[in-house]
Amino acid sequence: MNSTSPQFKENARKAMADAGLQKALGTAKGAFLQRRAAAVAGLPEFEQLRNTARDIKNHTLANLDFYLEKFAENVERAGGHVHWCSTAEEARAAVLEICRKANAKTVTKGKSIISEEMGINHHLEAHGITPVETDLGEYIIQLRGEIPSHIIAPAFHLNREDWEADFRRAHTDLDPDRVFHERRDILTEARTRLRQKFLAADVGITGANFLIAETGSSVIVTNEGNGDLTQTLPRVHIALASIEKVVPTLEDATSLLRVLARSATGQDFSVYTTFSTGGRRKGDLDGPEEYHVVLLDNGRSNMMGTEFQEMLRCIRCAACMNHCPVYGTTGGHAYGWVYPGPMGSVLTPSLIGVKEAGHLPNASTFCGRCESVCPVKIPLPKLMRHWREREFERHLQPGGVRTGLGIWAWFAKRPGMYRLASRLGIGALGWLGRKKGAFKSLPLAQGWTEGRDLPVPQGRTFMDEYAKRQRNHSDSRVPRGGAGR
Amino acid sequence: MSKPRIALFVTCLVDLYRPSVGFAAIKLLEDAGCEVVVPLAQTCCGQPAFNSGDRASAQEIARQVIAAFLPYDYVVAPSGSCAGMISHHYPGLFAEHDPEARGQAEALAAKTHELTSFLTDVLKVRHVEATYDGTVTYHDSCSGLRELGVKAQPRRLLESVQGLGLTEMADSEICCGFGGTFCVKYPEISTRMVSDKVANITATGADTLLAGDLGCLLNMAGRLKREGSTIRVRHVAEVLAGVADAPPIGDAS
Repeated sequence: MNSTSPQFKENARKAMADAGLQKALGTAKGAFLQRRAAAVAGLPEFEQLRNTARDIKNHTLANLDFYLEKFAENVERAGGHVHWCSTAEEARAAVLEICRKANAKTVTKGKSIISEEMGINHHLEAHGITPVETDLGEYIIQLRGEIPSHIIAPAFHLNREDWEADFRRAHTDLDPDRVFHERRDILTEARTRLRQKFLAADVGITGANFLIAETGSSVIVTNEGNGDLTQTLPRVHIALASIEKVVPTLEDATSLLRVLARSATGQDFSVYTTFSTGGRRKGDLDGPEEYHVVLLDNGRSNMMGTEFQEMLRCIRCAACMNHCPVYGTTGGHAYGWVYPGPMGSVLTPSLIGVKEAGHLPNASTFCGRCESVCPVKIPLPKLMRHWREREFERHLQPGGVRTGLGIWAWFAKRPGMYRLASRLGIGALGWLGRKKGAFKSLPLAQGWTEGRDLPVPQGRTFMDEYAKRQRNHSDSRVPRGGAGR
Repeated sequence: MSKPRIALFVTCLVDLYRPSVGFAAIKLLEDAGCEVVVPLAQTCCGQPAFNSGDRASAQEIARQVIAAFLPYDYVVAPSGSCAGMISHHYPGLFAEHDPEARGQAEALAAKTHELTSFLTDVLKVRHVEATYDGTVTYHDSCSGLRELGVKAQPRRLLESVQGLGLTEMADSEICCGFGGTFCVKYPEISTRMVSDKVANITATGADTLLAGDLGCLLNMAGRLKREGSTIRVRHVAEVLAGVADAPPIGDAS
């Protein structure tokens, strides 16, 4: 998938001018935050569980090769197949081949963000196979020809009116008198359309929230049940997953599930949590005949052993973006690729390159709210800062920023020169603004004064004033202060 | 017992913009029984370099701060952001294979505190001698809040200020959009964030906005002014020290 990450600023500008988007962001954001807070408050050991979750993922990553091989071995033992793919291209090819062997005409899909990273839908369509998204949010995104703006709520950017308009546009046989007042009305319409698709599909594609090494199972969590229909009704089930989704045991998966839904939607548990192990066995009442796991690396193994390894702990709950004030302002599409928000600002440069995604780790105030809610305690601001260091090393930042920083740092390293220069500069600024409290505009400060005034400094530096008071120390007036070095 | 010797880390913004905050901090510390020293070899904590990816400059500035401040009993800054830089990020600037520098950074980190937290948590100050005629609302600056746990401390001290009433704003823990260089690199996003913040401030009906970090205060005061607000903006130290005689931030004298 092509990114528009280099146009982050323009994307953000458009997003902020989009009244519909701003309305949707306001509504959706508030609901997520309140539900998470309530769910966390209801579980006294939540903080302890975050440590457990972090430790499980750290242990797995430290032994990733071992657990992946064990997982693959157990998938095969249960009669399934594992397809190891280094790149998105290989993954697309693997999926297409499975579909072709099954003579697939239509493919149903559960929500899978990794499928967006792989670019599955376009590839299938280009080869005459129709992919049908069955998650309600993904369904409307597909009708609109968009990409998800959020990793668990793909249609985070839409309002009820948008749904209604899209349904009326796409479902041409719709009775004009049908009403779409509530979520239920929307759901009913989508359900009716999708039922036939579920029954007609030859292949079902889902993602995987976890892969369990000891059993060779994949796990999905959903709230709509569409994932279950996708993976049990067709003859073939393909689970798409990236390599860091593996965990050692069922016990580990359940520990992670305890923090996942609470962090994501604020539920204690998702409505459906489904474990798939191999295809249909003799005597089973349902299930696919074939079970495939397409395992994607796509640059993740390059993160191993670097400071970015911690990012691979991510369990895709989206709490970071729900709590991010920048995401809350711009929405997800502004980030320009599959993964938005703080987790995307770290992961995207790792996967498509920091040259392409350089804005993302910079578009953060480092307020730290993302890290404070991350269920696996990923130090997201620290990792974004590491990307800024890489950019600095490779001279990827704008020249002006680098020059300004260089001049500032030169002075900051020389206290005597710094005091002299700052005394002059601040004196001049104070003099310029002596009759007013704040500047409406100021040369070289447009970035600041575009949206706010610049308060006028008091006019003398502290160090200057302090030295003066020290000289008048004989007055012994408060405040006194002692001599420094 | 001899008085603890405090090295005041003035912070670059207080030095340049608002010396009155530095003098307020000195007064508060002296009133609490400390001897306050202002090391002259200070400029900035290095955070602008650190957060811009210029690790080498950040390290060099950190060495300078460590050398100047290590000899004192405590280091106190009227800023959660700068105190957080020293106490949370300095040790990580020095590699494990430079145990001497790292050890010094850790030693400095352990004795560095944000002003209101130092007064409350270390000196156990429960009461300040100050009066303020007004209703204030308090913004929790991100670094102080999340890196140092500064939340109850300033409020507790403000409670003891005669005549002062505190009204909490909605979302006081959400970033004001300053973010150091963020506010000039992404001015439009920053402006939107500070506008949301200002709406929450205004909705309280308070006549004064306080916070513990000058960066956030300049940002919020600048936006309040741009919107024509008459809300007064001050650093919390000025009110606690009872020296709120300088004009509020962004107001003419």
